[in-house]
Amino acid sequence: MDWEFICKYLPLYGKAALLTLRIGILGVLLAAAVGLICTVVQYYRVPVLRQIAAVYIEVSRNTPLLIQLFLIYYGLPKVGIRMSAATCGVVGLAFLGGSYMAEAFRSGIESVGKVQEESAYSLGLGHLQAMRYVIFPQALSTSMPAITANVIFLLKETSVFSAISLMDLMFTAKDLIGLYARTAESLVMLVAFYLIILLPISIAGRILERRLRFAEFGV
Amino acid sequence: MPNLGFEVLFKGKNMLRLLGGLGVAAKISLISILISIPLGILMGALMTSKNRAIQAVLRAYLEFIRIMPQLVLLFIVYFGTTRMFGWNLSGELSSVIVFVLWGTAEMGDLVRGAIVSIPKHQYESAAALGLGKVQTQRYIILPQTVRRLVPLSINLVTRMIKTTSLVIMIGVVEVQKVAQQIIEANRSSSPNAAFGVYLTVFFMYFIVCWPISLLARYLEKRWR
Repeated sequence: MDWEFICKYLPLYGKAALLTLRIGILGVLLAAAVGLICTVVQYYRVPVLRQIAAVYIEVSRNTPLLIQLFLIYYGLPKVGIRMSAATCGVVGLAFLGGSYMAEAFRSGIESVGKVQEESAYSLGLGHLQAMRYVIFPQALSTSMPAITANVIFLLKETSVFSAISLMDLMFTAKDLIGLYARTAESLVMLVAFYLIILLPISIAGRILERRLRFAEFGV
Repeated sequence: MPNLGFEVLFKGKNMLRLLGGLGVAAKISLISILISIPLGILMGALMTSKNRAIQAVLRAYLEFIRIMPQLVLLFIVYFGTTRMFGWNLSGELSSVIVFVLWGTAEMGDLVRGAIVSIPKHQYESAAALGLGKVQTQRYIILPQTVRRLVPLSINLVTRMIKTTSLVIMIGVVEVQKVAQQIIEANRSSSPNAAFGVYLTVFFMYFIVCWPISLLARYLEKRWR
């Protein structure tokens, strides 16, 4: 192991990791927003929009991110939609993640029994109040494991961004391997940086799940 | 309507070549799945063992594989091990190795989950009815485990097919690479081919994965 080499290129990896994180976090937030919209549309059975959401969820869940990115980055400009590589990354992640988030939210809401809603109404709560104080907290508790799994999954998926020439961790590693043939050092740094990004999120997710485990009474 | 480049697909053998590329992806995932399933069942059974050392090792293996992006694993095998050990691996063989490592870990966790999810009273009721150990496994535990396991492992199959799209990054010529070649070759005659061809590849993946997802969902509902 050549430590001098590692020290020299550490900042480059740091910069790449920041890019990965920035696009990843933006993408995850946008995915959650898309997922929320889909869930709301399907929960209230809004005509037309509900069918669109259903089709979107099937298409997005059954295609790989890399192929979606190729279509967005290389295909869409041919029909007049031009975006920078970074925007494409965020859009692609939101497109992929939206359906996963929607499924997670939906399973949470479905797990809350009808009794809960009816009890809330019989106690004199309005629809919004019932949602806010009765349904939402329980749904969140049930879907938390799926949500954290999705966040980690989406951050892992950012590794394909090098295909649309974003200078992320994968891109940096491949570059260094190609330039200096220091394969071991480049790969060790790559693994280390992914661990630095993903391990804390994985641990935080587990703590959050334990904290939020309060929906298991009175099913 | 502007020219969107779909006509390129009907030139010469372009469509056949694309399907051939899809075949390469299908071959890689099929081989990997066939090897992963028995290994995963073995791993899942081992994970439920009482031996702490075995548990810790398998747990660490699962966590590492889970937390690393599959592309990083591909790089480690394709660039890393070949240099470290001085052997030669083709891109296709490297991807099969990675998918087996990954599939075994995921399948192992599914099997472990299915075994653990069988409540204790099932074993006790079986014993109370006078069934022996083998009989309990054969008639009580195994059927229930399989019912929980099959829909989840079918889902794993679609995930694996989708993940094969990554092998282009280590130089395997699969459907996406063929699509690039077709687009490059027709750059002057159909400058917009990128849209039509990539959209076609996009829906090829969808057409392969969607029925499998539907099957998994159907079985999950029926066997609940």
